[in-house]
Amino acid sequence: MTETTDAPKDILANIAQCVQTGKADANMNIPMGSKGQPGVAEWVDQAIAKDVPPQTILAEGLMAGLQVIGKKFAANEVFIPEVLIAARAMHAGMNKLKPLFAEQDMPSRGTFVMGTVQGDLHDIGKNLVCMLLEGAGWRIIDVGVDCAPEKLVAAIKEHPDCAVGLSALLTTTMVAMGKAVSAIRESFPDKTVIVGGAPVTEEFAKEIGASGYAPDPSAAIDLLDRLQPAA
Amino acid sequence: MAVRHYTNLTIDRSEDLIFGRAPHPVTCGHDLTIGAGTVYPEINFTLPPMEVTESTMPAVLDQYQKIIDGVCQRAVDLQVPGLVVEFELLPPMTIEPAWGESIVALLRRALDGYHDKHGLKIALRATPTDVRDGERPVRRRSGRYWEAMRDSFRRCVSAGADMLSIESTGGKEASDDALLQCDLQTMLVALGVLGARDMAFLWDEIGEACKGTQCLSAGDTACGFANTAMVLADRKMIPKVFAAVVRTLSTVRTLVAHEHGAVGPTKDCAYEGPYIKAITGVPISLEGKSAACAHLSSIGNIAAATADLWSNESVQNVRLLGGDAPVVSLEQLAYDCRLMNIAAADGADAARMLRDWLVRSDAALDPQAYVLTPDNVIRVARAIVEADGAFARSRETIAVTLDILREGATDGPLHLNDREKHWLDMLQMQLEMIPTDEEAAIKAACLGTKPDLVPGAYEIDDDKL
Repeated sequence: MTETTDAPKDILANIAQCVQTGKADANMNIPMGSKGQPGVAEWVDQAIAKDVPPQTILAEGLMAGLQVIGKKFAANEVFIPEVLIAARAMHAGMNKLKPLFAEQDMPSRGTFVMGTVQGDLHDIGKNLVCMLLEGAGWRIIDVGVDCAPEKLVAAIKEHPDCAVGLSALLTTTMVAMGKAVSAIRESFPDKTVIVGGAPVTEEFAKEIGASGYAPDPSAAIDLLDRLQPAA
Repeated sequence: MAVRHYTNLTIDRSEDLIFGRAPHPVTCGHDLTIGAGTVYPEINFTLPPMEVTESTMPAVLDQYQKIIDGVCQRAVDLQVPGLVVEFELLPPMTIEPAWGESIVALLRRALDGYHDKHGLKIALRATPTDVRDGERPVRRRSGRYWEAMRDSFRRCVSAGADMLSIESTGGKEASDDALLQCDLQTMLVALGVLGARDMAFLWDEIGEACKGTQCLSAGDTACGFANTAMVLADRKMIPKVFAAVVRTLSTVRTLVAHEHGAVGPTKDCAYEGPYIKAITGVPISLEGKSAACAHLSSIGNIAAATADLWSNESVQNVRLLGGDAPVVSLEQLAYDCRLMNIAAADGADAARMLRDWLVRSDAALDPQAYVLTPDNVIRVARAIVEADGAFARSRETIAVTLDILREGATDGPLHLNDREKHWLDMLQMQLEMIPTDEEAAIKAACLGTKPDLVPGAYEIDDDKL
């Protein structure tokens, strides 16, 4: 933990540190022996009390902490559960900030519509992508498994600025992935559509007209940053 | 159906836990006895990228015909002592049971032909897909997906399957998140309560489908749980020690199939098979290095140490330099089996020497391999049979597995890095917080927050959540 002063920069550093360790609030005993010490929620309260702008708390405290843990995950220094714990701690801070943002101003990296293609019932790859992207600041619209192309198109119509992710885990549902991309392209020719899943390859992604291929869930974050950079 | 409770080990000495030999061999198909001293290849295959619909079914059947002719001819050429062919139905082939049935019938005819012409000892395993999560929330015991599965069981049997298996997924509504969060408590409830209860229901149904027929009620696998954990660990997403615990824990769930009549051989991707073999004495199918065509693992050799069938898991029917991939895969399995069988032919000491090489080459390098050493298999299996009921068995399994891993990393040969050791401590802390009472554990697992879970499907009243 940063040497505690009430200077805003130290408070922001403590928020970032607590996000990394997953300490959402004072009641949590993560890390072990830290029960009673302030966590993300309490440090965010302090930052608000010091009139630190909510955008600054979000960017330099919450997101800064999560970005560190994201980089550690990409470098195989931490596991997924540690990323999820950090994301949960970040949400504890976000909940404090929400009332300070008008609904339309709540900053977000963008909206991401994610589904497993028609005929495929596999959840876990899709869920992983959703979790990691949510942690990276994306608003997630999870349309589930066995998604018919019409369902995907309807979700995109509802969220026209979204990027889209498609997952397929069987050789026999890769064909459905191609059909889904075609259906999306018919209505939204320029839509960012990324694809992944065990049998999917870069070549296949190009062949079906997807915008990009992510070999694993964390690669989806970088891929989206390249294809649809933050405004 | 009468339920058998295992309170003792069938194999209680690690030296007796060895490939090719099971105390209760089974005979099926054309003169194939499994577990009586010979390890046979079990070949599995899947389609290349193509749709499975009514209009593509002729092309699908053509694919299977070419595959089965290719692998059977190669089996004859290599003079394998016997062969098991597994047909894992794809989801549409279970949802439309007549499609799966027509493929089973095609394979049956081909196998009969190779037996009649070449005397090939051969048997066919059919494995319908657990498609019950095609609707959410997942009703499990009713609905059109369940009815399709039941129909599929019967049609596979009547079309000529010699063994019926499944990769059942009861409890997955809770386990997917638990895996990603390394949440031991929810994982225990998912496998040791939900999974075990679903298995009892499901394997009574499978037993009924096989009753009075040529078809064996064979065995299940915790693939959707423990193999998912293995793949996540291999991709460095979750700790390997957690995947090792999930593996041993999954034994309690898979054992329920045998308490409800399954006689083996267990399903190939059930790496919990060695514990099942020690407890029940049924023959087991396993996969390892020659299943890298389907998935990577860190237990490629040790998996063979106790196998009675040796499988490739699955391979797409694509062209390789050596030939079509299923034919190539069959050849790899055939040579693996030859080596094991020639070692066994040289006597028990030679067989054990090969077994021990298979074990030692993997065991120290990964906790998932370490829990599969014959000594550790017997220790885990004993903890299971000495506890009463699936919940208590699950808790004991976790405890003994954590002990094994800690002892192995402290005083034994097991290499664990600091991150893995940290998680071993975390898991121990989690275990100590799990209630010893089943109802309390169910409540603590917060199953009410799982949107796809129907409590009644697992005989749980809403007020018990």
